[in-house]
Amino acid sequence: MAELNIRERQAGDVTILDMDGRITIGEGSVALRGAIRRLLEEGKKKVLLNLAGVGYIDSSGIGELVSSYTAINKDGGQLKLLSLTQKLQDLLTITKLLTVFDSYDNEADALSNFK
Amino acid sequence: MVCILPCGDRARKVVTSMFLTCWQSACYTSVFRYGIDSCSQPQFPARKAAPFVTEQTTRFVFPSHIEAVADAAAAATHFAQSCGVGEQTAFGIETAVREAVTNAVVHGNKEDEGKTVEVIFNCLEHRVEIEVKDQGEGFDPNGIPDPTTAENILKTSGRGIFLMRAFMDDINWSPRSEGGTIVRMAKKF
Repeated sequence: MAELNIRERQAGDVTILDMDGRITIGEGSVALRGAIRRLLEEGKKKVLLNLAGVGYIDSSGIGELVSSYTAINKDGGQLKLLSLTQKLQDLLTITKLLTVFDSYDNEADALSNFK
Repeated sequence: MVCILPCGDRARKVVTSMFLTCWQSACYTSVFRYGIDSCSQPQFPARKAAPFVTEQTTRFVFPSHIEAVADAAAAATHFAQSCGVGEQTAFGIETAVREAVTNAVVHGNKEDEGKTVEVIFNCLEHRVEIEVKDQGEGFDPNGIPDPTTAENILKTSGRGIFLMRAFMDDINWSPRSEGGTIVRMAKKF
């Protein structure tokens, strides 16, 4: 079983990635990087990462989230986070990245805040 | 192995058991020290005395590849739970071990499979102590900038040591005499 499974769906012009597993050094981080790179190549620049199924993220995975955020912003797009688990919220609070990312508990709220 | 350690003017009997087990990518040894306090029992009715675990040490040797990081993290969680720490503390210990082993494999040993990473868990009464040893060239943890400052917040790396410091109560790095780095960290519970 893959460390991180990613399913893609579309809500208007926003691409939602439902992620399930762990975003850690190696396979998990590589899978996220590949997914974001492919979306940008396809011109999909509004991305909502649904992290409800992500039970753990390490510093490499956090770095990959930051990398995704900067890559999408650089391309004129937007990246938002949905349904952070408590552990992820703790990690992003400690690293002060909750001040960087837009995060939402509710999918409809998240979608309505894309410009 | 059984030995008698001093306990005031009486004696405390300490039984040490050692196990060797292979699990996932590593073999490890576990040492349990069971103390049977005879200080208040001069006749020492051993079969009636309730033994208590005074110390539990488990040593892993991992190969220097990325897959070992997950194995070490899983071992840390298992060890923390067996030591009796709560879920939140176990999460912090797992995170610190994961980051320490990542550093040891990637930055220390540079994924050279001829080198190993040794992880030692020691469970004391209200404290978990962990050592992570690599065979790399050493590094200065104080040279890692604060990843939470405005100029570093969008950097894609450099958060591992920050997280280790955040989750553990005590942590220090020192060079090994035989080469490499040893990280010693501890968490009270």
